[in-house]
Amino acid sequence: MRFIFKTDYDQDIRILKHSGYWWSYGVLLAVLVAAPSLLGSYLQSQLVFVFIYAIVGVALMILTGFTGQASLGHAAFLAIGAYTAGFMQSIGVPFIVYFPLAAVLTGVVGALVGFPALRLHGIYLVIATIAFAFIVEEVLARWESVTHGNEGMRVRALNLFGQPLPRDSDAFYFLCLLVLVGSVLLALNLLRSPTGRAFVAIRDSETAGKSMGIDLAAYKVKSFAISAAITGMAGVLFAHKMTFISPEMFTLLLSIEFIMVIIIGGAFGVHGAIFGAIFIVMVDPFLTALKDDVPVLVASIADSLGMAPEAAAQLRDKLAKIGSAAGLKGAIYGLIIMMFILFEPYGLYGRWLKVKLFFQLFPLYKRATFKRQKTYVKSERNR
Amino acid sequence: MSFFTVDSISLQFGGLKAVDNVSFSVTKGEIFTIIGPNGAGKTSIFNLISRLYDPTSGKLFFEGTDITEVPPHRIAKLGIARTFQNIELFENASMLANLLVGRHCHATTQMWQEMLFLPSVRRAERDHRRKVEEVIEFLDLQAYRDKLIAGLPYGVRKVIEVARALCSEPKLILLDEPSSGLNVEETDDMSFWIRDIRSELGITVLMVEHDMTLVNRVSDRVLALNYGKVLASGTPAEVQAHPDVIAAYLGT
Repeated sequence: MRFIFKTDYDQDIRILKHSGYWWSYGVLLAVLVAAPSLLGSYLQSQLVFVFIYAIVGVALMILTGFTGQASLGHAAFLAIGAYTAGFMQSIGVPFIVYFPLAAVLTGVVGALVGFPALRLHGIYLVIATIAFAFIVEEVLARWESVTHGNEGMRVRALNLFGQPLPRDSDAFYFLCLLVLVGSVLLALNLLRSPTGRAFVAIRDSETAGKSMGIDLAAYKVKSFAISAAITGMAGVLFAHKMTFISPEMFTLLLSIEFIMVIIIGGAFGVHGAIFGAIFIVMVDPFLTALKDDVPVLVASIADSLGMAPEAAAQLRDKLAKIGSAAGLKGAIYGLIIMMFILFEPYGLYGRWLKVKLFFQLFPLYKRATFKRQKTYVKSERNR
Repeated sequence: MSFFTVDSISLQFGGLKAVDNVSFSVTKGEIFTIIGPNGAGKTSIFNLISRLYDPTSGKLFFEGTDITEVPPHRIAKLGIARTFQNIELFENASMLANLLVGRHCHATTQMWQEMLFLPSVRRAERDHRRKVEEVIEFLDLQAYRDKLIAGLPYGVRKVIEVARALCSEPKLILLDEPSSGLNVEETDDMSFWIRDIRSELGITVLMVEHDMTLVNRVSDRVLALNYGKVLASGTPAEVQAHPDVIAAYLGT
């Protein structure tokens, strides 16, 4: 077990608390830098999606995880970023200009969405953000002169200082990695300074926050704006990765995927966003594989157990039909979220911490350490 | 002009007069206690002072300035801090983070500076931490720095709430039932701390309290309320001997 002897206030201010972290994060970074030359193009491409989802995850973590304002509208912020990139590129604006511009534009829209949030709590806020997402989706479909409507829009390869960065290039991979590392650092910096603490205060007790001098309105709007701006940057990368964007890509399902990123990852730390992004990006090909393999597998098992070949074939076709039913993916996602909330409320990152603690304390770990307690003294709360 | 004055303030919820034309003033450096049966309007007065409620009529003056219209988040900066009856700590944060939130009203750094964590932010953080450590030392909370509030016992949370209020370097501290839920020993400690807050830190204390032993031990002056109206005020002994107060507590 490691006991950290504190002799300096900076030890609590630093992001990497002790030398062990330098090692583990150094190795992680080295692996990520080496990854393009080690992995095949498919896995590299998946990793880029992990990065993009993780950037959105970090953004949503700031808003939902730390400030406690739920949002089901982040697909819309991603769309605004993506369409800004697409449109700006088509009129010849360079990447170096439209990348920050997308962040600013999405940030401003985010701040505007934040204003109703001052009066709305919980489920009502969720509904308001869903409504916002629908409005954006509709605008994208109708504003044909800019967005090409439902036909969608081609996005050419990203061009950085005259150097094209195609979607599958190593350079594009590193750009995404850089933006991810940047937004993680930004989130961590906020967390260790007054703004981040104000966010957490708003999440835990608005009344106390107010009396401690926190301007709730200002900080909620700030949280929305930062979260949206980061998502907007992810949107630019997303557009260049997809090379084609259309309104039906930015639906409620995508927003739900983003919420899943932080719930499954663990909505209490920036790590959670990364864990969640890995899970979500990996679960999709896994589900696709299951859809193809499970019917065949079940049929062959049934066959070997002595079922008539015709009956086995029928069974296979039935299962394949269920597998390709519309909306199955959403249902499975819903099931996964429910399972996590019920059985692993701290998400994958929480599980990771538990495993780590188990080994740190080895024979002394007790299961009650992470047990959730109910607080009954919540009466007389004035919002 | 006196240090803190409540001038004929009233608060009405529909037909209910929670606070009815209450006036009192607190001089600098005293411990002033508000007592009264449940529902007398004590906490409502606190919520009026910290501006969580808007008064129906009347005015509040702090150090000669009218604070009746000041938004709630400016109150801390003016030098009025408070605790809550049912502990309103930030449950899922460490004690240190909680106390640092107490420093929020003294934050000078801008958000963009914080995102980049510029040297000025680091310097400000160190200064905040130094102040927080002074309070930790004062209230003997060294053992709990990195502990999550959710895992701490009630008695400790109560002290941490006082600590958080002290971190904002107030001139006037409002303690809403500092001894509720504490055992005898913890109440003793609390009474010593309340006196120390006044004598060592020079902070004026305004509190709401039910425990009469604590009230007698620490307060300079007491104000008794019932049904939102002032029954009596004066030294603890005077107020307890007042026939209206006895009637309010024991019935006629």
